[in-house]
Amino acid sequence: MYEGAIQDLIDELGRLPGVGPKSAQRIAFHILSADPADVTRLATVLNRVKDQVRFCTTCFNVAESEQCRICRDPRRTNEFLCVVEEPKDVVAIERTGEFRGRYHVLGGAINPLEGIGPDNLRVRELMARLGSGEVKELILATDPNTEGEATATYVALLVKPMGIDVTRLASGLPVGGDLEYADEITLGRAFEGRRAV
Amino acid sequence: MPGYRRQLYRDDAVVLRVQKLGESDRIITLLSRRHGRLRAVARGVRRTTSRFGARLEPFGHVDLQIAGDPNGNIGGGLHTVSQVEAIQLYGKRFLDDYPRYTAACAIAETAERLSPIEREPSQRLFLLTLGALRALAAREHAGTLVLDAYLLRGMGIAGWAPALAECAVCGTRGLHKAFSVPAGGAVCPDCRPPGSAHPAPATLDLMIALSAGDWTVADAAEPGARRECSGLVAAHLQWHLERGLRSLPLVDRTTGEEQK
Repeated sequence: MYEGAIQDLIDELGRLPGVGPKSAQRIAFHILSADPADVTRLATVLNRVKDQVRFCTTCFNVAESEQCRICRDPRRTNEFLCVVEEPKDVVAIERTGEFRGRYHVLGGAINPLEGIGPDNLRVRELMARLGSGEVKELILATDPNTEGEATATYVALLVKPMGIDVTRLASGLPVGGDLEYADEITLGRAFEGRRAV
Repeated sequence: MPGYRRQLYRDDAVVLRVQKLGESDRIITLLSRRHGRLRAVARGVRRTTSRFGARLEPFGHVDLQIAGDPNGNIGGGLHTVSQVEAIQLYGKRFLDDYPRYTAACAIAETAERLSPIEREPSQRLFLLTLGALRALAAREHAGTLVLDAYLLRGMGIAGWAPALAECAVCGTRGLHKAFSVPAGGAVCPDCRPPGSAHPAPATLDLMIALSAGDWTVADAAEPGARRECSGLVAAHLQWHLERGLRSLPLVDRTTGEEQK
């Protein structure tokens, strides 16, 4: 145990996800020996994140104003709405450069084992957005795992009666991989989703 | 680490729960045939390049090789999943059926709670859990009936089966009209504590049928009896578990299929 501020810093760092007591100690001593200007910059950024970053009131992506950059962009179409679990998924899809529609961030996936049901996600807000009638296609881009698939199934059940096209991201073989190394589930899904060339 | 040997051991197991760990790993909770409930790390399974991540999704029956001490010493940290082969991946059968997915979650959480001590083998619970997931995936019976049958029989394995064909207090045989969760099941008029429920006779018939595996009677049960049965089973289970199941209130019982 250390005394005073350094122990407080180790304790606070140890509360961060993925940071154990040894890592917390290492980071704390790195901060202690770092240039004061670097530490001030880190502290300023931490304060700015808490003060200025909020959730977009439309799509619930992270934003620094009422609406995020994507919701404010007039060049994007309102006809396609892509549903994702977390803001980091928006970034992943944006990196592809393939999608010019809007997003809706659910804030997680349905996971009854963790006590997370539809009411804990932003499903109600999604339904309100779809009620405007502008959206022609809803793209479900939740993770391709059990919770993500169950969430997609649940949302599709709610949305299909509204007459909106509901699509799911294709899943299959990673580009650059060898077929023989694919597991049977991924390969099976790739077969199911095969397309004419 | 004195006395600690890391070795490979093999078992078949049902995947009950997966939790994220670090950048790309997962902690997998398994109910295995010979080693009881286990927790092991599956490294790199969240990467798209993972060769066995898809086999370790919840509700799958898998054959795995684990690195660690099968006797339970965890001096070297959590055990590690080194190889996985799929036996039957029931999880993918629930993906397009939300009510069955929620029922499977309740089965998995109950299995976890009924095996509180890691590495304590319970083959009856393993076979019951496997059978319940198999029945749920086969879609021969309503999902909530399969869930209630599992909960009733699971409580039987744990030693808390509700008394249904005799009085829970005095043991007088016969079908009694009152049901008291604190007393332990159906109670006769002499033993009936204040505040006991008075379920319909069809509800108690359904509970007996589900406990005994009489699916002809169970499938023919009316929606009202099914609802009342689910309520009594859930109340009885939560009374004995002391801490409620998180997944049970989220079980979707609203579809038309449940009414068939």
